[in-house]
Amino acid sequence: MKKITDISELKELARKIRVDIIKMTNAAGSGHPGGSLSAAEIFIVLYFNIMNHNQNEPEWPDRDIFILSKGHCCPGLYSAMARAGYFPVEDLMTLRKLGSKLQGHPHMRALPGLEASTGSLGQGLSIAVGAALGMRLNKKNSRVYCLMGDGEQQEGQIWEAAMSATHYKLDNLCGIVDRNRLQIDGFCKDVMDTDPLEKKWESFGWNVITVDGHDIPELIATFEKAKEIKGKPTVIIADTIKGKGVSFMENVAIWHGQAPNNEETKKALNDLGELH
Amino acid sequence: MFFNDKEETFKKKSEIRVEGVIIKPIEKIETVEEIVKEIPKIEQPKEISKYNHTLDKDLFTSVKKAKTRDGFGEALVKLGEINENVVALGADLCHSVRSMWFAQKYPERFFQAGIAEANMTGIAAGLARVGKIPFISTFGVFATGRNWDQIRMSIAYPKMNVKICASHTGVFSVGEDGASHQSLEDIALMRVLPNMTIIVPCDKIETRKATFAAAEIKGPVYLRFGREDVPVITTEETPFNVGKAEVFRNGNDVSIIACGPMVYEAILAGRKLEEENIDARIINNHTIKPLDKETLMDAVKETGAIVTAEEHQIYGGMGSSIAEILSQDDPTPIKMVGVKDRFGESGKPDELQRQFNLTADDIVRAAHEVMKKKS
Repeated sequence: MKKITDISELKELARKIRVDIIKMTNAAGSGHPGGSLSAAEIFIVLYFNIMNHNQNEPEWPDRDIFILSKGHCCPGLYSAMARAGYFPVEDLMTLRKLGSKLQGHPHMRALPGLEASTGSLGQGLSIAVGAALGMRLNKKNSRVYCLMGDGEQQEGQIWEAAMSATHYKLDNLCGIVDRNRLQIDGFCKDVMDTDPLEKKWESFGWNVITVDGHDIPELIATFEKAKEIKGKPTVIIADTIKGKGVSFMENVAIWHGQAPNNEETKKALNDLGELH
Repeated sequence: MFFNDKEETFKKKSEIRVEGVIIKPIEKIETVEEIVKEIPKIEQPKEISKYNHTLDKDLFTSVKKAKTRDGFGEALVKLGEINENVVALGADLCHSVRSMWFAQKYPERFFQAGIAEANMTGIAAGLARVGKIPFISTFGVFATGRNWDQIRMSIAYPKMNVKICASHTGVFSVGEDGASHQSLEDIALMRVLPNMTIIVPCDKIETRKATFAAAEIKGPVYLRFGREDVPVITTEETPFNVGKAEVFRNGNDVSIIACGPMVYEAILAGRKLEEENIDARIINNHTIKPLDKETLMDAVKETGAIVTAEEHQIYGGMGSSIAEILSQDDPTPIKMVGVKDRFGESGKPDELQRQFNLTADDIVRAAHEVMKKKS
């Protein structure tokens, strides 16, 4: 995959992903736009700048690995993969439809390029730890990326995985927390407070970097910096806005798992500069 | 043709077939622990020709006992030698489960997860994703219960090539540790998962074969074995094909279908029934999923009555899986010997075996009852 370094080009891709997310969930009549929109820049930076991967050979043994632990945000991932050439962009509209490779939550056996089946929260980081150990055994320089939600930090398995990643000194592993502060029942701090999140990860021995998760140059610089950290894994805590880019979805919990109707879709696409 | 415990060469004259793939014979295996214990003689059957000729020749005279977990441990070490993609993971019970033998020989391919079974399961999925063949192992209750959702989501659904290996299963095979450690629900938990193969070997030798076979199957496998010494029934020559039940004694009055340590009890029950001139067919049903319907239906046609015997809850176990098929395809009288909807308790293995009605006598009783229902 040829890397895109032009920031305006990457920004435009992030905008396109947001447009896709709105159109896909609208066509499906269900889905999770909020957390997909918050992670748009993260998807774009990884798939178009940071990761070594090959859309024409998804199982390329030297590839970097991306695991979407917060599986419900797959509309964003599917869009990034389609835009990267894994499958035709028009197939995005089959999201959640019978027989589609775009299952409601990612299924590895349905879509080449997916590295795991996820959707039950808390499991992705363990899989990422295993992939990182395996890549090390395979003597590959591959890096493993795992995107988690901040609500997902409430799952105990995350911390089992966190402990094991430092135990095995997995400097080829990079976790990302999409900290949009909301989960389906409301604000994370009200549901089950995970703060101070940075201190928790630090105490588990991780290299912790907090960034603005919508700032593409900052994300790129941070991912590059993480590659240089030796002897321990890095977690990037990305502060984001749930529903980012769509005025009526921003910071509103209900858009965690609700699709826009036709009227809302029109408004959302207008917000995203798609309708003039 | 008979197993010779003095010879440390692991010769396999019969092929193992798994999903059409023939496993190459394994020439040699290091015997880490010898078969040690012997149990009292029982009388040689009158019609020895009714028995599978590959069974241990000392089965009725001086049967030996050995730990199925040792069979797992030995085979895992051997697998490490013959396949560099085989990796093992443990959750702090590695000495007990025998994965430590692999860890000592191949430390770079062994991953200790600590007391964190869910994480161990996910790590195994990740290792499998990049081409490894991970064997995770711990006690049965933790290998299937503590991490069930992880097995479902991260292994069974994406058909990851992970082998879930459980020791300390059953009730009398665990003994004094009591109910918390007596795994009686694991077969049920694994059986409901699509893509899962379930193997419950009957003795140490069969556990060794089952471990090798698990490595050859492309996809998730649940391998169930135990802690205590159990009689060694089979030999290297005894056929072992995943998905193919083996008839250990031919008979036409009633079929006793057993798995795990209950196979030996079934053989003892068969001896007792012989004395009453009841001709029992004894089937070692080591593969619970996929179930060997052909051997089952032959037994139904030719004996007309089924007794199942397993060291597991009768709900959701091997007996249930057979009843599900019989009730739909060919309703046939069936009696299940197993744990009857209760938790285990502490006790000596032989005490627990009687307490939970898991003896040869219980199988005999079930055979009498089910035969009364034959049309």
